[in-house]
Amino acid sequence: MRTLDQLKPKESGVISTLHGVGDTQQRLLEMGVSDGAEVEVLRFAPLGDPMEVYVRGFHLTLRKSEAAMVQLEG
Amino acid sequence: MQTTLALVGNPNVGKTAVFNALTGLSATTGNYAGVTVSRTHGIVHLGEVKIDLADLPGTYSLAARSPDEVIVADVLMDQRPDEVPVSGIIVVVDASNLERNLYFLSQLVELEKPFIVALNMMDIADRRGIEINHEALSEALGAPVVPVCAHKRQGFDALRKAILALHQGDLEAPRASVCPFPESQTAAVDELARVLDTHVDKIGRKIPRPEVARILIDVGGYAEKRVLGRLGEDFGETLVRCRTEAVENGLTLPAQEAKARYNWVKQILSESVTRPDPRRRSRSERIDNVLTHKLFGTVFFVAIMLVVFQSIYSWAGPVMDLVDGSIGAVGEGIGSFLPDGVLQSLVVDGIVAGVGSVLIFLPQILLLSLFISLLEDCGYMARAAFLMDKLLGWCGLSGQSFIPMLSSFACAIPGVMAARTIYDRRDRFTTILVAPLMSCSARLPVYIIMIGAFIPETKVLGGFLTLPAVVLLLMYSLGVAVAVPVAWILKKTIFRGEKPPLILEMPSYKMPQGKTVFRKVYREGKDFVTRAGTLIFAVTVVVWALAYFPRSSEIAESFEAQRTEVAQSGLSEEALETRLQELDNLEQGEYLRNSVLGRMGHVIEPVFRPMGWDWRIATATIASFPAREIIVATLGTLFNMGADEDEESEGLVDTLRNATWPDGRPLFNIPVALSIMVFFALCAQCGATLVTIKRETGQWRWPALAFTYMTLLAYVGAIVTYQVSSLILPGA
Repeated sequence: MRTLDQLKPKESGVISTLHGVGDTQQRLLEMGVSDGAEVEVLRFAPLGDPMEVYVRGFHLTLRKSEAAMVQLEG
Repeated sequence: MQTTLALVGNPNVGKTAVFNALTGLSATTGNYAGVTVSRTHGIVHLGEVKIDLADLPGTYSLAARSPDEVIVADVLMDQRPDEVPVSGIIVVVDASNLERNLYFLSQLVELEKPFIVALNMMDIADRRGIEINHEALSEALGAPVVPVCAHKRQGFDALRKAILALHQGDLEAPRASVCPFPESQTAAVDELARVLDTHVDKIGRKIPRPEVARILIDVGGYAEKRVLGRLGEDFGETLVRCRTEAVENGLTLPAQEAKARYNWVKQILSESVTRPDPRRRSRSERIDNVLTHKLFGTVFFVAIMLVVFQSIYSWAGPVMDLVDGSIGAVGEGIGSFLPDGVLQSLVVDGIVAGVGSVLIFLPQILLLSLFISLLEDCGYMARAAFLMDKLLGWCGLSGQSFIPMLSSFACAIPGVMAARTIYDRRDRFTTILVAPLMSCSARLPVYIIMIGAFIPETKVLGGFLTLPAVVLLLMYSLGVAVAVPVAWILKKTIFRGEKPPLILEMPSYKMPQGKTVFRKVYREGKDFVTRAGTLIFAVTVVVWALAYFPRSSEIAESFEAQRTEVAQSGLSEEALETRLQELDNLEQGEYLRNSVLGRMGHVIEPVFRPMGWDWRIATATIASFPAREIIVATLGTLFNMGADEDEESEGLVDTLRNATWPDGRPLFNIPVALSIMVFFALCAQCGATLVTIKRETGQWRWPALAFTYMTLLAYVGAIVTYQVSSLILPGA
């Protein structure tokens, strides 16, 4: 089961499920991190966290702990 | 009655630029009643017709969690009784980022108000090869879609035409819900609305349907909390039941909402937009390859910070000299008109010297706020949050706290207010409590005076930096260095709990807009001058009066007798003049010591002795608790009154260098200067900030906490600094 935090820069995947609850989940959903969306990892910050991804036409920063809730297809 | 329209949009879509282009210079700013969310309104002139336009804070969704978002939702749903109902909406959307922008739009459609879409940033969309058929989009949305390019002022004639049509009621009737929500969800909203309608008397208003939907969907959200507070447990049970009935296929409610909305967005986009496949790498991405690079990004970040501090210290110098010269000339000019006595002393020593010595820092304040607005406006601030998140994570905060913290370097008030964008309450409160530790522009005067007078101009780091600049940077770092453990302790004690998420858009880089930047810098400068002209002016006069009165006739008589004696002693003319001058100084000093302020200062002096301070520094510090920049004015007043004619015309720096203890030892040395700077770096000497903290947190105990811990830290810090540096520095 791959999750978003396991991808390396330039790798991409399609979101199958968004785990987690409450505010974090809702905020991610509003920002377009929802099932069916394609995400590409662009880079990690100098200290290894957070990470920057490309999703639904814009750039989003999230921490690895949030990315671990994003399950990818395949 | 005047028509009020609301201007809304996601953050970073150029909403402010659209607002400025539509309203020109008519904008008025203030706050919404009872909260500190800033309220900006402007007038759109359409020939004879005038439209009132409300510039609402940027938001991604109507699911309100922060005070800003609550205001947006309430104003759009006409739930603020003190605001004129909104008769239509102008939505600014980013053409290069339509998918997420239309998500918010899908919520706005449900408000059933006529709306216009301003399709901004068409040039960026073009460059990325995104083709938008705005007519098809308009058809699909049932509303006018006007392509604009706000920073080039293109497309505004068409936008004005659309606004006029909206005003005249010529637009298509707004459609009801467009999103294909599951039957179960719609039914649940209906049922919840029925239940809420039976409680209108308890709630005090009829809740509109879009808000009912928010109560249902946003678990733990603001809309839910607001009605639960009024209706209690019984309603809580109803809500849980409705939520269970609303979901299908094991999704959570928010996930179900997002799915329906993004499906709708996808449908709309497939009819009106073509995007290149594979996507083109944008200019922003190429810039980011460098600016957020592991090595270069960090180097660039440090370099930017160094340039900012070096320039504040050295670039503003010539302008300050000019201001200084003019103030001196004004003081002398006015002084020569007025006869010696109370009035001359009040005007020259009190008002001109006091207010003037504060105004002199205007160039630096403008420069710093210019840098901060530039970094904000071009999109670098989000990158700074990206780079700094892990670092701030060590003290329990997030990269989101970086922007309020950085803003606090200009002024803690906007910094504390910027903390509103932090969704998590514990993070927000921690940030608010440590933000005043950042060295704001009002501390700069103290640093500049002390560094300018007592830190030698030695070159360091191969001549690129000077020692004064390094000390200045250290003073700025001190606040940060102290904020880290303080925040960590707060997050481990009062605000302990789960770590909140970081979910942050990285906006495309853009050229900063001259007008937007100019407005921010102007406002900052204006606020500072207003403060100098009111509060600081008042304190200056009070401090002058405390230092001037009482004028004992005994002292006057005693010195008069001495003067007569000297005049009759048969000294040469030159020696006589010198002696008389000395007597004048002694007399002024005697007056000051016997004044109300002098006596107060002497009483408290022992408390400040361990920091190496005399009663004048102690008095000036006490007088500057309402606003710390007053210290400079007070020092000016206190030290000028005992000085002779020649020194009076020189700057405060020289006056301080020449100040002595009663036994003739120099009063100031490097340890004293450092202890003063450390005290001011850490102390909460700002009434306005404390009031802002009260407004943002809702309770007086938070500003009380901030005041107590900062004052204690400042006292202990200044003592340690003085004692340690006295041991280390030779000859001090």
